[in-house]
Amino acid sequence: MRDYIVKFWQGLFTILIGMKVTFKHLFVPAVTIQYPSVKPQLPERERNRLYVNMDDCIGCDQCSRACPVSCIEIETVKSIPGEVLGTTSNGKKKALWVTKFNIDFAKCCYCQLCVFPCPTECIYMTDVYEFSEFSRESLVYDFVTLLPEEREQKKKNFEELQAKKEAEKIAAAKKAAEEKAAAQANKPEEPKSDNKEENKQ
Amino acid sequence: MMYDWLFSLTGNEILAMFIVSLLPLFAFILPFALIAVLAERKVSAHMQDRLGPMRVGYHGILQTVADIIKLLQKEDLVATATDKTLFNFAPLLVFMGSYAAFAAIPFSGFFIGSKIDLGIIFIVGVTGLVVAGILMAGWASNNKYSLLGAMRAAAQIISYEIPTLLIILTIVVLTGTLSLYDLSEIQTAYFWNWLIFGGPFFGLQKLLLIPLMILSCLIIYTSTLAEVNRTPFDIPEAESELVSGYHTEYSGMKFAMFFLAEYANMFAVSAIVAILFFGGYQSPFGYLGNSLGWSWLVPVEQFFWFTAKGLFFVFVQMWLRWTLPRFRVDQLMAFCWKYLIPFSFVILLIVGLITLM
Repeated sequence: MRDYIVKFWQGLFTILIGMKVTFKHLFVPAVTIQYPSVKPQLPERERNRLYVNMDDCIGCDQCSRACPVSCIEIETVKSIPGEVLGTTSNGKKKALWVTKFNIDFAKCCYCQLCVFPCPTECIYMTDVYEFSEFSRESLVYDFVTLLPEEREQKKKNFEELQAKKEAEKIAAAKKAAEEKAAAQANKPEEPKSDNKEENKQ
Repeated sequence: MMYDWLFSLTGNEILAMFIVSLLPLFAFILPFALIAVLAERKVSAHMQDRLGPMRVGYHGILQTVADIIKLLQKEDLVATATDKTLFNFAPLLVFMGSYAAFAAIPFSGFFIGSKIDLGIIFIVGVTGLVVAGILMAGWASNNKYSLLGAMRAAAQIISYEIPTLLIILTIVVLTGTLSLYDLSEIQTAYFWNWLIFGGPFFGLQKLLLIPLMILSCLIIYTSTLAEVNRTPFDIPEAESELVSGYHTEYSGMKFAMFFLAEYANMFAVSAIVAILFFGGYQSPFGYLGNSLGWSWLVPVEQFFWFTAKGLFFVFVQMWLRWTLPRFRVDQLMAFCWKYLIPFSFVILLIVGLITLM
């Protein structure tokens, strides 16, 4: 009988204790963050969407090679003599036109491995994390600052230069061959220089 | 009285009756349900250090309005295997049961739907329709979990009606009236005349009555809480066990009717506790209208005190809901039969002896 009464009283009393706890919590400020209007404080070294500052990019392809999921695609074109590409912010001279710099964020695993090898520190993590899209294609980001026509132009310039060089080379070779032939005709008893000439060709 | 006043105003018996009978619904239950649903969500949120609805209107005050509009637009689904007649009739019956209880509840000395002498017994009897409706809903849904929920609800409500009735009987023995209006009038003037503080008695009798009344108030509050199927007694609609019990198969307006009935019941039960132990519509310390000589202000004040007390007990229900975990079925039955019923019998006996003094 005594046990019964004690149990009843304990039941009642512990309910009151519980009610006291919940009542206190009624006045505790809420921990909720009203997300889209109030953004949470991100940690200092959080990893989110990448950004490439193309002014500093020298097209060295190191980030692409460091990427474990191959989400960075880079194509570069050599500049032709006379073109001024400027320098990076840490004083490196740029020598390549970057005609393709695509990062596919559908593939990206946000490991930050591409950030460390960059010699000019032009690829880095931003604090943007709201970039959902309706199609996977639109998650491929193109960072190149050149217009599509310009890219074509640069490629064409380089190819023209190549072709010109090739033509010059062929012309030079022809000339050399002619000279050699002439020399052979003049001095047939000089095998050493003859070999050299042949090797060059 | 409201009816006489409306009769003199409109000069038409039917119109006056119509307004009097619809007034509690449109002036009270619907706005109350709107506020209570929001309050429930807000109270639960803040007790868990959350914010609750915040988007619709200032701090989400229009959230329930938006929800009601959504429920109204919803398709009224009826599964093929259900018993159509019972399925459609059950929400009506449940709502009828809880709405009819408001007929005998005195909102103020001026505004009572019906001033019948058997008020409290009428309320207990008519809320029995809720059990029938719930059982009907569970059976007609033709769904195992719904039926289980309905069976549990019926078992629980019927068991817990016993301590409720025993405590009501205690009050009836003490005051000698079944009319809720008379009960409220007995506890008039100051708050020490409330039955929780021993009622309008003097001397030893009052002193003896106070602990008994506090205990019986706790008992009736607990057992009525079980009757309206709220946590910790919500095993009929236990979300984690039975999906949501008897209203699993309902959608749209029918579901809304169950919901409305639940909230109407919550208030009805709180009102009964307030009337029986906390003086009903009586102010705890006289009326401003009386001291100023404005007799029209008194019913307004009474209405204010009545709703304030009712809402306070509704708040305590919500508070308990977010404090206590759910009972197991055997614990539920043991609590009723081993603790509440013996205690209420003892209280009835002692109060009977005290009234003989």
